[in-house]
Amino acid sequence: MADTADAAGTLAETDDRPLWGPTAYLLLVRMWMRASSQYRVSLLLTTLAQFLTTCLDLIALLIIYTQVKTLAGFTLAETLYLYGTTRLAFALSDVVASGVESLATMIRLGNFDLVLIRPVSSLAQVLADQFTPKRFGKLVAPIVTLGWALDELPVHWTVLKAAVCVGTVAAGFVIYCALWVLTGCISFIAVDAQEVANSFTYGSEFATEYPLTIFGRPLGLALTFVLPVAFVTWQPSLYVLGHADPFELPGFLRFSSPLAAAALTGLAALAWRACIRHYRSTGS
Amino acid sequence: MTTPIILAEGLTKTFSSRKTAPFTAVDGIDLRVAPGELVGYIGPNGAGKSTTIKMLTGILTPSSGLLRVAGFEPQRERVRLARRIGVVFGQRTTLWWDLPLKDSFTLLQRLYKIPQDRYAANLAYYTEALDLGPFMDRPVRQLSLGQRMRGDITAALLHDPAVVYLDEPTIGLDVVSKHAVREFLSDLNRRTGTTILLTTHDIADIERLCSRVVAIDHGRVTYDGSLDELRADRDLETVVRELYMGRSLVDTTE
Amino acid sequence: MRVYLTAVRLSMRRYLAYRSSALAGALTNTIFGCLRAFVLIALWKQKPEISGWDLSDAVTYAFITQGLVTPMGIFMNNSELGPRIRSGDVAVDLYRPVDFQAWWLSLDLGRALGAGLLRTVPPVVLGMLLFPVSLPLNPLRWAEFLACCAVGYLVSFALRYVASLVAFWTMDERGMSSILVAAGMFCSGLIVPLTIIPGVLGDVVRHTPWAAVVQMPVNVLLGTQSGGFGYALAFGSLWALLLLGAGRLLTAAARQKVVVQGG
Repeated sequence: MADTADAAGTLAETDDRPLWGPTAYLLLVRMWMRASSQYRVSLLLTTLAQFLTTCLDLIALLIIYTQVKTLAGFTLAETLYLYGTTRLAFALSDVVASGVESLATMIRLGNFDLVLIRPVSSLAQVLADQFTPKRFGKLVAPIVTLGWALDELPVHWTVLKAAVCVGTVAAGFVIYCALWVLTGCISFIAVDAQEVANSFTYGSEFATEYPLTIFGRPLGLALTFVLPVAFVTWQPSLYVLGHADPFELPGFLRFSSPLAAAALTGLAALAWRACIRHYRSTGS
Repeated sequence: MTTPIILAEGLTKTFSSRKTAPFTAVDGIDLRVAPGELVGYIGPNGAGKSTTIKMLTGILTPSSGLLRVAGFEPQRERVRLARRIGVVFGQRTTLWWDLPLKDSFTLLQRLYKIPQDRYAANLAYYTEALDLGPFMDRPVRQLSLGQRMRGDITAALLHDPAVVYLDEPTIGLDVVSKHAVREFLSDLNRRTGTTILLTTHDIADIERLCSRVVAIDHGRVTYDGSLDELRADRDLETVVRELYMGRSLVDTTE
Repeated sequence: MRVYLTAVRLSMRRYLAYRSSALAGALTNTIFGCLRAFVLIALWKQKPEISGWDLSDAVTYAFITQGLVTPMGIFMNNSELGPRIRSGDVAVDLYRPVDFQAWWLSLDLGRALGAGLLRTVPPVVLGMLLFPVSLPLNPLRWAEFLACCAVGYLVSFALRYVASLVAFWTMDERGMSSILVAAGMFCSGLIVPLTIIPGVLGDVVRHTPWAAVVQMPVNVLLGTQSGGFGYALAFGSLWALLLLGAGRLLTAAARQKVVVQGG
C-alpha cells in the first residue's frame, strides 16, 4: 500500500516479467480505438474514403484491360490475382503497423522519450500509435477482388497451390510489416527522409500489383534481390498461375517468400534495436 | 553510504554532429544517491541536467562511464528498470491526451502489471491526497496545468517506484499549486522512503524539499553537498545565482 | 492589392524554406512517375495508339501529372483553413480587413508557386532523362499550357476552399475531404489518363471540374485536346467562376454563423 515505508520499489518482486509486447500492443490499440470513437461521423466518412482510394488502382486496372486483352502476357484475372494478394497483404500490414508513420512527429516533438520510460516494448507502443478503425476500409477491395480472381482463374488447384496461395498473403503481410518498421527506423536518422522511405514502401506495393516484367529487367531484379518485394506475390504467383518466369530466375525462388519474410523481420528487429541504442532525444 | 540506488562514475555523454564539432553535454559526472534521499539537481539551462536524467532513465545511452540505477544498467535493461522508476516531466504530460484521466490510470495499471489490490489502494490514496476526484472523468486535454501535473504525479507513483525523477514539476503552476506539490513530495519521501531526484529552477522548491543539492554546469558537477553547507551564512538565492554564473564554491564532491 | 501580393510572396518564401522536405517529396513524385510510366508503356506497347495518344504522349503525361500534384493540391493536405476552423482560430481571420477568400487564395498561391519550382520541375526533368518523354518546342503551346494551368489552379483552389469551409457546419471536414481527395485523384487523371476511360464513365469524368486541373493543361501541351486550347480555357474558366462564386456565397454564410469550437 502507498502508506508503507517498504512499498517503494517492491512491485517487481512479485513478478518481474514485463508485459508481453503483443499484449501491450492490443491494449494500446483498444485505447486508441476508444479515443477515435469520439468522432464517429468523420470516422465513417474517412473509412469510406479509404475504401474508395483503394478502389482507384483497381479501377485503373479494369480500364486498362478494356483496351487490351493481355498485359505483358497476363490476363485480367491473373493480374487481379497479383493485385488482390499484394493489396490484401499490404492492407493487413497497414492495419497492424502503420503506427510507425507517426514516429517522425513523435521524435520531433520529443514524445518518443515518453515511449522509452514505459515498461513495455517500444516497438509495440509505436506500432499501436494513432490506431484507427478507418484502416479496415482498405481491406474490402482486395478481398473482393481476390475472391473474384480465384473464382475466374483457370487454375488446377492442388493442396500445394492452395497452401502457396495462403502463404503468399501471409508472407507478404510479414514482409510489408518489416518494411514499415525499417522505414520507421529512417526517422531516427533524418526526419525528412521518412517521406522518401514511405514512397519506397508505397511504390513497391504499387509495383507488385502488376506483372513485374513491365518494369524491365534491371528494376525487376532490384525488386527481387535488393528490395525483395517480388516475394510478396510475384514469385509465388508464378507458381500458382503456372507461368514461366520471364526473368528466367531459378525455380526455388517461387517458394522463398517465407525465407524473405524471415530475413526482413530479422533485419527490422536489428535495425530497431540499433536505433534505440543511438537515439539522441532532441529538445530541452 | 549503503548500496547507492543511483551510482554514476565518470558518466559522459558526447553528441557527435555532422556539421559542427562533437558536443559533450555531460563530462565525467560522479554521483551516488542513497535510497530515500531527496536530491535537488540544479544548474543553468544547457548545463546537462536533462541529459543526465535521460541517461538515468534509459532514454539515452552513455558514451562512457559506469551507471547503475537500482542495480540495473538503464539503457540495456530499460524495460525492467522502467517498472521501478517513475518520471514526471514539467513541460510534457505522460498521460493520454484524448482519454479521461481515470482511463490513463487503468491503462497504466495494465502496462505496469500492478496487482489489483495495490492499484486500488494507491489510486484511492492519491485521489484523496491530490484531490483528483473532481476531474477524474475529464479528458486530459481539458485539464488545467495544475490538474494535469497532479495527474502526472499520480501516474508516476501508482506502481510504487523506488526512484522518482521530476523534471521541473512546479513550472508554470500558481503559488497554491506549487505549495501543494511541494508538501506532497516531502510527505511522500518521508512516508515511503521513495528516492526523489528533482530538477528545478525554483529556489523555493530547493529550500522546502532538498536536503542535498547537486549543481551542474557545462556538464560537470560544481557542487555536491547539503543544503545547509551550500547556504552557509548567505541567502540561498545569492548562492544559486553565483552557481549559475559559474563561480566555483565550496566544492565537496565525494 | 499589395496586401495580397505580400501574402503570396511570404507564403512562397515559407514554402521554399522547407527545401529538403520539398525535394524529398519531389523524389517521391519522380518514383511514382516512373512506376506509372512503366505501366502505361506496357499498355501502349500492346496497343500503340489509344484515343489519339502515342507512347511518348502517355509517358510525358505520367511525369507532368506527378509534377503538378503538389501545386494543384490534389492531396489537399497542406491547407491550414480546415484546422483553423476546427480550433476556432479562424475567428481572427474573419475579422481582418481583407477579403477572406482572396486572402486564402493568396496564401495558397504562394505555396503553389513554391511547389511549382521545387516539385514540378525535378520529376519532369528526371523523367526526360530516363524515359521517352517528349515536350513540344513551340512557345505558343507552352503559353497555352501555362494559361490552362493558371485556370486549373483556380479551379483546384476553389474546390479545396469550398471543401474546407464545410467545417463551419460539420465541425470536422476531414471525412469529407478524404472522399474528395479520392475522387480528385481519379478525376484529375492521376491514376489513368482520362482520355482512355471508356463509355459513359469517361464522358462524365471528362466534364468534372477536376478535368480542368491537370488533364486539360497536359492535353493542351501535347496538342491532343479535343476542341483545342479554346475549349480547354472556356471549360476551366467556367468551372472556376462557378466554384469561386460558390465559395463567396459560403463565406458570407459562414460569417453569419461563426461558431467557435475549442479553447
